[in-house]
Formats: sequence, structure tokens, C-alpha cells
Amino acid sequence: MTVVIETRGLTKRYRGGQLAVDRLDLAVPAGSVFGFLGPNGSGKTTTIRMLMGLIEPTAGTAAVLGRTMPRAARAVLPQVGALIEGPALYGYLNGRDNLLRYDSADPTADPRTRRARVAEALERVGLTAAGGKKAKAYSLGMKQRLGLAAALLQPRRLLVLDEPTNGLDPQGMREIRALVRELAGEGTTVFLSSHLLDEIEQVCTHAAVMARGRLLTQGTVAELAAGTRGRLAVTTPDPADAARVLKELGVTDVTVAGDRVSGELAVSGEGEPADPAELNAGLVRAGVRVRAFGVERASLEDAFVALTGEGFDVAG
Amino acid sequence: MSRAEVLEPGGGGGDPADGRRGAGAGAGAGAGTRPVSPLWTFGLFRSELTTTFRRWRTLALLGVLAAVPVLIGIAIKIETSDGGSVGGGGPEGGGGPAFLTQITNNGLFLVFAALAATLPVFLPMAVGVIAGDAVAGEANGGTLRYLLVAPAGRTRLLLAKYAATLVFCLAATLAVAVSALIVGALLFPLGDVTTISGTTISFGDGLVRAVLIALVVAASLIGLAALGLFVSTLTNSGIAAMATTVGLVITVQILDTIPQLHGIHPYLFPHYWLSFADLLREPFYWDDVLRNLGLQGVYAAVFGSAAWARFTAKDISA
Ligand SMILES: Nc1ncnc2c1ncn2[C@@H]1O[C@H](COP(=O)(O)OP(=O)(O)OP(=O)(O)O)[C@@H](O)[C@H]1O
Ligand SMILES: [Mg+2]
Repeated sequence: MTVVIETRGLTKRYRGGQLAVDRLDLAVPAGSVFGFLGPNGSGKTTTIRMLMGLIEPTAGTAAVLGRTMPRAARAVLPQVGALIEGPALYGYLNGRDNLLRYDSADPTADPRTRRARVAEALERVGLTAAGGKKAKAYSLGMKQRLGLAAALLQPRRLLVLDEPTNGLDPQGMREIRALVRELAGEGTTVFLSSHLLDEIEQVCTHAAVMARGRLLTQGTVAELAAGTRGRLAVTTPDPADAARVLKELGVTDVTVAGDRVSGELAVSGEGEPADPAELNAGLVRAGVRVRAFGVERASLEDAFVALTGEGFDVAG
Repeated sequence: MSRAEVLEPGGGGGDPADGRRGAGAGAGAGAGTRPVSPLWTFGLFRSELTTTFRRWRTLALLGVLAAVPVLIGIAIKIETSDGGSVGGGGPEGGGGPAFLTQITNNGLFLVFAALAATLPVFLPMAVGVIAGDAVAGEANGGTLRYLLVAPAGRTRLLLAKYAATLVFCLAATLAVAVSALIVGALLFPLGDVTTISGTTISFGDGLVRAVLIALVVAASLIGLAALGLFVSTLTNSGIAAMATTVGLVITVQILDTIPQLHGIHPYLFPHYWLSFADLLREPFYWDDVLRNLGLQGVYAAVFGSAAWARFTAKDISA
């Protein structure tokens, strides 16, 4: 497996003492769509700043496209498109001129194709009609789209997107997801941070979860969700009987809520995991009437909450 | 060595010789190495220029500067319309109101008078605004991080910004000089020029000297531009950087007038500013003009290096 981003013991302590990223070991495989998850203040943006060479790590190393950052910034960054902590635009320039400005800052960008590439990028994010409008008159979503356009001015090997769908309308989010899939299909690796877990679940192949500056886990999205066991759910007019029978059949953590009985499918080390088909047959044998029966697959959200805890407060 | 400035030989993108490459190669995006145009620094500089000069604020500053000679010209025209003469200091001394008495005889002197009037305050303030905002304003707006990941390169970005500021110094000086020349020609007679030494030179020669003086005045702002750029790298607030730079200009000017501090006067950047009047002598008296230019060079070197050291090592987290 080749990796596009690799960090070893990456640590950042801001001036003022805040430990924002703590010994991070991250590996982003080439060709993946990598979701970077974590509660507010967990260090996602800080990590991205270090990957892009904007801030110096306190300790550890970060390699992007196989080269150490920030030392190789001038070789690496032309092949990387980035959206970091929201878009930033020149309010007194129109959308097109904003892109022209960013493009002329790139030493590898060919000035002869500049206008064409800018027009293409505007087209890609649906801003062609608004390209002549001053950026200060843009809505949040339009700014976000222009920021994305800036990341797409050139063919890229890696896209780093920090909360790319922030502020977008539902159509915009769908388009961005489609865009991410399209780019991934072309072979671009996409590294994207987001709070929207179903979004990550929909587009990402891999994910990592951060909390308080530490990496909790990383792997494929399927692995992460599988880490949390699915729950058995039975809807029945005889909940008490159902609960008794399920317990006898080895289901743990059985809870009853109205006509709904749910429980944990035992995946113990020695015994075979209970087969849902056997459980259903058992219920019917015991004369329990069953309206609905199924195993609820754990969502990424369950996995996320299981990892980072239920608490709402941001860590200090 | 500061970060972000290690140029790969040839400056190209992902060098295939790098041992750990292959990362993106598997992805096959085919976006491999793109050649770097040798002229790209010029492209960044041009972009810097257009963004500076298309800004409403820049144009307003130039407009205010161009209005100063208009005000001076009209005031003198009104005051002398009853046949009286302008009061104030003579042309010797090189003080603020220098050359005023000559304007009614020769409109060309409005150029010298307007430059002498704007150099102590208006010109440095305008330069302080542009230089102070150069880096801090972009940091404040967040655009700096996108320029740096483009990647503009910290040293090149700073150089482009300094060069654009110097162009503004020239543009600001020319705004004053050209406006003064036009107003002078419209309101007053033009003709042979009487130098400070008392000799007379032709109007054509006088015009050449006016151009020379405008260039020297623009060059007088080089040190301040570097100082402002350095201040600009210290903060993420454009307003704070502009205010600090303009405040420094005023403070230093005040220090320059305190006789007890005469020991440090020769090291203050505005100390020789008004020496440009020496170029109206016959023959030229270069000593103070050269001292001025030398001092500006020293300031540019010292504060330019400081700005570079600061900017290339700075965490850009805004
Ligand atoms: N410039 C800064 N100076 C000092 N501390 C900072 C700075 N930026 C971020 N921090 C701190 O570093 C920690 C991580 O912040 P970071 O912005 O990386 O979080 P995040 O995961 O991107 O959060 P969010 O989901 O809200 O965007 C926080 O505790 C924050 O207070
Ligand atoms: Mg963030």
C-alpha cells in the first residue's frame, strides 16, 4: 500500500501552551477518500496546517506525497489542492479575479492557460454565472464553492478539504459529494475533514477519528463501523415473553421499550455468535408473535460516539 | 535556513528520484511534475501590483495626494490675486514652506513646494498604510494561507510585496508631482527657473530637475517601506500594523526635532528627507542627498532582513 500522507509522532503545541495535536501517526492510502473525524477542537485543522507547511510541528514528522513537509513545500504543494478552515477571498475582487490571483501565486501554473483553467474551475463548482460578481457580495455557500474552485485550478494528486460542505445547500452538498467521487475516480486522493458522519459514510473509503489531539482509530469505514456490534431489534405485541426467550437464547443487554425489544448479539470469544435466524425460530417456537425482526447495522455515528463519548462540551 | 525555501534543484514538482515517492504514482493521476516558468516571480509581482492598485483604498490615497497641490495652488492664487506676495520662509533653509514665494513667478515651483509639503506627513502616511497592510492584511483576511499553499513561497511573496510597495512609493510621489505640474501650468506662468544659488536655468533643465527630485523623494520612502513591511509581519491585524507604522513615522519625526537628541538625528530615516532641495542648487550639492539614499539603503537592508527572518519562520494559523 502506498501512502499519500504519513505522519510519525506529529505533535503541535501552540504558543500559549495548548497541546493541539499529540503524537499523531496517520497513514492515508493512495487513491482513498479519507474521512478525518473528530469533535470541535480535536486538532483536525491543526493537523492540516502542519501537512500544508503553514505551521511548524513541535515534534514528529509529516510526509505528503512522499516528501517531508514543510521542507519540500515548493515541490509538493503544486500537486495539492486545499481548502483550510473555510474559504478566504479578496472581497474587492470578483470571483474570477480571485482565482486568477491564486493561480498566479502557483509557480507551476502556466499563465497561457490561466483564463481557461479559471473558467473551467468556476464551471465545475457551478459559479460561472456569478464569476463576475464581487466576492464580498457572495453568500457563505458561494464563497465555499469559490474556495473549492481554487483547489481545483490544476489537476491534483491530493485534495485536502477541511469541512468542504460547510454552509452549502443540500444540492451543493450533493454536488460536492459527486465531485469528490468523480475526482477519486480520476485517481485523486481526497483527505476530508467533516462533522457530518453520514456524509463521510457515503463518500469515504477510509476514516480516522481524533479526540483531544489524539488519534483514536483509523481504518476502512467498514472496519470502523463493524467495530461497534449491531443490535438485534424485535417488534412484538408480547415484549415480556420475547425478552425472556431472547435472554435464554444468549442475547445480552436486553432492553424493552414499548413493543420493541432490543439486545446485543453475543460475539463472545468461545461461542459462535448467535444466528439471527435461530433466534427468530426460537421466538416463534415459544409462541411469541413477531411483527418485525432485524439486526440494526451499527452506523459510523454509533462508532464515533462510542469512541469519543456522548459529552457535548468541547475539551479545553 | 528558514522553512519553505528549500528549492529543489530545478524547482520542479515531485521528484521521481525521491525514495519514498510512488505514493501518488499508484493513484495514476498523471499530474506528475510540472515545469516552473522562470518568469513566474514576475507573474506574482504583477498580480500583487494589480491587486494593490485595483483597490479602492489605494486609489483614494493617490487621490488625496494629488489633491494637495491643487489646494496649495488655489490658496496661493487667491492670496496673491490682489497683487500681494506670499509670506513665509525663503527658499534657503529647506523648510516646509520652501519655494512658495516662487510659485507666482513660475508654476514649476509648485512641484517642489508640493513635494516639500507632502514628504513629511502625507506621503509617509500613505506608504505606511500600504506597507503595514501588505502582509498583516492578507493574514487577517485569511488569503495569506491560500497564497502560501498555492505555493507562493514565503521569500518570493515578501519580495513581491516589497517591490509592489516600492512601486506605490513611486506612484504616490508622481501623483503629487504630476498634479502639481498640471495645476502650476494652469494657474501660473511657466518659464526659466532661478536656482537656489541664484543662477538661471532653462525651463527644460528645470523640468529634468523636477523629475530627478521626484525620483529622490520616492527613494526617500524606501526605508520606511521596509520598516512598514517588517511591522506587517509582526501581527495578524492590518489595522494595527498600519497604525503602528504611521505612529512610528510621527514619533521619529518628533524625535528629529528635539535638539537634545541631535546625537541620534543622523540615524533617523526622515532626517535628510528635505535635502532634495539641494538638487536645485547650481552646481548640484549631493552630500546630503547621498546620505539620505545611503540611510534608506541601510533601513531597507536591516528591516528587510528582519521582515524576512520573521515571515519565513512564522506560524500562519489565521
Ligand atoms: N492559532 C491558535 N493558537 C492557539 N491555540 C489554537 C490555535 N488554533 C487552534 N488552537 C487550539 O488547538 C486545538 C485544536 O484546534 P483545531 O482548530 O485544530 O480543532 P478542529 O479539530 O479543527 O476543530 P473544529 O472541528 O471546531 O474545526 C483547540 O483546543 C484550539 O483551541
Ligand atoms: Mg477545524
